Amino acid sequence: MCLKRMEAPLLRGTPLHPRTSQLCQAQNWRRWAGYVVAGSYELLHEREYFAIRTTAALIDVSPLYKYQVTGPDAERFLNRLIPRDVERCAVHQVLYTPWCDDAGKVIDDGTVARLDPDAFRLTSGEPNLRWLQDVAAGLAVTIGDISESLAALALQGPASREILQRLSDASLADLRFFRLTHALVAGIPTTITRTGYTGDLGYELWVEPDQAIPLWDRLTDAGAGYGLLPAGMLALDVARIEAGLPLIDVDYIPSNKALIEQQKSSPYELDLGWTVRLDKGPFVGRQALVAEEARGPAWRFTGLEVAWDSIEGLYAELGLPPALPLTAWRVSVPVYSKGEQVGYATSGCWSPILKRYIALAHLRSAWAEPGTELEMEVTVEHRRRRAAVRVVRKPFFDPPRKRALPGAEGVRGVSGSAPASGAPSGAGDAG
Amino acid sequence: MTRARPDAVIVGGGHNGLVNAAYLARAGLNVLVLERRHVLGGAAVTEEVFPGFRYCVCSYVVSLLRPEIIRDLDLARHGLEILPLESTFTPLPDGDHLVRWADHDRTRQEIHRHSHRDAEAYDEFGRLMVQLAMAVKPVLEMAPPDPASWRPRNLASMARLAGHFRGLGAEKLAALVKLMTMSSADFLDEWFETEALKATMSASGIIGTFLGPRSPGTAYVLLHHYMGEIDGAFRAWGFARGGTGAVSEAIASAARGFGARVRTEAPVERILTRGGRAVGVLLASGEEIEAPIVVSGVDPKRTFLDLLEPEDLPRDFVDAIRRFRIRGSSGKVNLALAGAPSFTALPGDGAHLRGAISISPTVEYLERAYDDAKYGAFSKRPYMDIVLPSMIDPGMAPPGRHVMSIFVQYAPYELDGGWNDARREAFGDAVIDTLCEYAPDLSDLILHRQVLTPADMEETFGLTGGNIFHGELSLHQLFFLRPAPGWADYRTPIANLYLCGSGAHPGGGVCGAPGRLAAARILRDRRR
Ligand SMILES: Cc1cc2nc3c(=O)[nH]c(=O)nc-3n(C[C@H](O)[C@H](O)[C@H](O)COP(=O)(O)OP(=O)(O)OC[C@H]3O[C@@H](n4cnc5c(N)ncnc54)[C@H](O)[C@@H]3O)c2cc1C
Repeated sequence: MCLKRMEAPLLRGTPLHPRTSQLCQAQNWRRWAGYVVAGSYELLHEREYFAIRTTAALIDVSPLYKYQVTGPDAERFLNRLIPRDVERCAVHQVLYTPWCDDAGKVIDDGTVARLDPDAFRLTSGEPNLRWLQDVAAGLAVTIGDISESLAALALQGPASREILQRLSDASLADLRFFRLTHALVAGIPTTITRTGYTGDLGYELWVEPDQAIPLWDRLTDAGAGYGLLPAGMLALDVARIEAGLPLIDVDYIPSNKALIEQQKSSPYELDLGWTVRLDKGPFVGRQALVAEEARGPAWRFTGLEVAWDSIEGLYAELGLPPALPLTAWRVSVPVYSKGEQVGYATSGCWSPILKRYIALAHLRSAWAEPGTELEMEVTVEHRRRRAAVRVVRKPFFDPPRKRALPGAEGVRGVSGSAPASGAPSGAGDAG
Repeated sequence: MTRARPDAVIVGGGHNGLVNAAYLARAGLNVLVLERRHVLGGAAVTEEVFPGFRYCVCSYVVSLLRPEIIRDLDLARHGLEILPLESTFTPLPDGDHLVRWADHDRTRQEIHRHSHRDAEAYDEFGRLMVQLAMAVKPVLEMAPPDPASWRPRNLASMARLAGHFRGLGAEKLAALVKLMTMSSADFLDEWFETEALKATMSASGIIGTFLGPRSPGTAYVLLHHYMGEIDGAFRAWGFARGGTGAVSEAIASAARGFGARVRTEAPVERILTRGGRAVGVLLASGEEIEAPIVVSGVDPKRTFLDLLEPEDLPRDFVDAIRRFRIRGSSGKVNLALAGAPSFTALPGDGAHLRGAISISPTVEYLERAYDDAKYGAFSKRPYMDIVLPSMIDPGMAPPGRHVMSIFVQYAPYELDGGWNDARREAFGDAVIDTLCEYAPDLSDLILHRQVLTPADMEETFGLTGGNIFHGELSLHQLFFLRPAPGWADYRTPIANLYLCGSGAHPGGGVCGAPGRLAAARILRDRRR
């Protein structure tokens, strides 16, 4: 017994690992929730990124935590758990949502998919079983941890619909953004949600673990003529920053892990105020959020754009071309206004499609208005310098195809000149 | 449809005309673009010439499209997506090959296979080029000063330039001078021994010129390939999703978003002047459009020698424009293919087909191709720069099928006996026959072929002499000499008439810089 346990690998492979490990030429692996997943498959992650944005990419997102919530009180339970109004969540609708502790500070964020009137599926970045069970106390609801019994593949990118449609027996033509359908995909029973972490047209496919590899293979075959590629975490990280989507443990610390108060954030402070329905009745954290809403949040989570001339100038002083972060960074970087620190950026990258250096930042509210000119610390040749940055709205990149139904988006999105929808957030299934 | 009189009309809806329109409209001007063809984009177009197959009819890779234009005009929101071109594959007649990949280590390993010395030299060469590109970059971004002018602004710019180059240090200055004066092949001989490497690199110096790899002055263009790496254009040599036309469409969409109007099938016959000022244009239809500013996005010869009356211009200026070299030397063959071709040197449809494919086995091969052209013939075995757009963007062709874009040199505009249908097809045959020596299955895969000679480029795209850059990018026609000494600041001898196309500084390619810099000049002049 004891010996056996010692032989178990320290890091687990996902159900797709036998396949992804064959494909991962770069031997670049990342840890995610105790699993290893590919950082990039090719030597450079560039093509995988462009697959997300211009063709289609297949991403193993199986390490997500997943919970099945069933029972007559399932809706009541979720309405107690999350700040969004679950009563208004139709069957086959999916909600993006954070959830909070009693003090209104965010514990985690994820999606809630309504499979049936009394059955939901919840995803999260960190384990939440204990918290879910505690919140469920006294309610007729069963919470099952299905993290290991459900594999997840994200198929993202402009060609994802066409590829998936080739294999799916259900029509995707009318599957709207943040809706789900059940289908046989290449004969494999699959739940398809039109969701993802890229801010692009895309789907997430939820299947039994032993079906994950057959599904992956069939999608790979079907996508061959469309430029489908497997994509790893490095490409995904750039895409999600462009989409303005926060990452737990990077852009915010879950309140149940925070050692001091300042480490915690409320939904308002994460720019997730649009998920909070104070008028819907009690939920965990509501009281604190009512008060915060009244006085206004102390912090905001915003986009920053680094002024090109500024960063170029800092390097040019030394006779160097600017070194740009082609891989996203995930460290905290101070942001200043006239010498005073007014916030910090937590993720940033060079956006290949926008040709802009972008970052996500927590700013004190007074400095968080779009258009505000600030400075961000950058290290240039071992020295701390400050580059001019401007506060900009998220998402940085928001193609109309993300929400559009086929036919509504013009030929291959090339004519996609329609302004992005005015929804409050790129995370959003709002609007 | 009477709309307010435009503040500016732009002649020609090439990508530079459109960039110019977008910047002017963004600044609040009422702008009207007049394009002769039924499609926008000029040489930056995608057209479905054969059903289901989208051809990049002329320009096929996006080189150095200025990143600030992508930012300023928010071109990503208007649908522009530039995919990286991954590699350059040079198949060799002896069955070997040379590939330069996006991944540095991989390229080094590959060059190492040919020459240990060259693998090391390649890094050092790259370093020097980056340093020199850094040195030259400010010059490219500046509207060029006029060295013959004593106006204080000009003197200050000249002084800055001189100081700038002095700061380089002797070694780099020497390299820069060499780059400016030597032939690309000679310059590369000082660095490398692998023929295929030298030939493929020097080929970039001859594109769009009527020069061979051993002609002096061709080395400078080597720098251009490193320029993108230093200014945030990373992998600036890319492929626009939807083909090069997608660049023009995105710019047009941005321009319209700022309120510019764009008319196609509206050829301009004359630029109207009164008392030495431009006052509007006359369309071929007879319609007259008045405007206080006229901007020409067509080449300098057409602008000054066709669209204006000779008496509108000073004699010496007309002379300079007549001497401006605009000899076309390139052809283009576009193919619709039933499948991906397989090269003997590297069979299969792997990653090497996703980048450029260069038919440039040796420097001598290129020089011989040039020899044919010197004496009025097209090259029997030409230099070719090939891409398979559908390998990068599958949407360019039906699933499993492909489009192939073959840029060919040399095909002289002034062919012995002149171009006609028979000679066009003979030229096309020479291209396909040569290519089949490297990819024998190609001929069986061809579903459709389009051959463009310089004469076709002149006729269809309005490119005088069929020159792809509105005038050769040789040193005596760059910077403050483009298009004519003293007139490199987008102004012309006619007040309120400006030049914004590739014939102006900094020159050709799908870079948008002339259009943008001309707009800046116009807006500055208006404020005065
Ligand atoms: C075959 C070929 C291949 C090339 N390959 C590349 C490449 O791979 N990469 C690269 O960067 N560059 C390439 N180039 C060069 C590049 O395409 C050009 O430098 C660039 O597109 C020119 O843009 P422009 O806007 O300055 O002029 P143009 O594109 O020439 O636009 C001028 C416009 O004016 C219009 N016009 C002409 N006369 C009139 C009139 N009287 N009235 C109204 N409209 C008129 C024309 O129809 C045209 O639309 C290539 C060019 C050619 C021809």
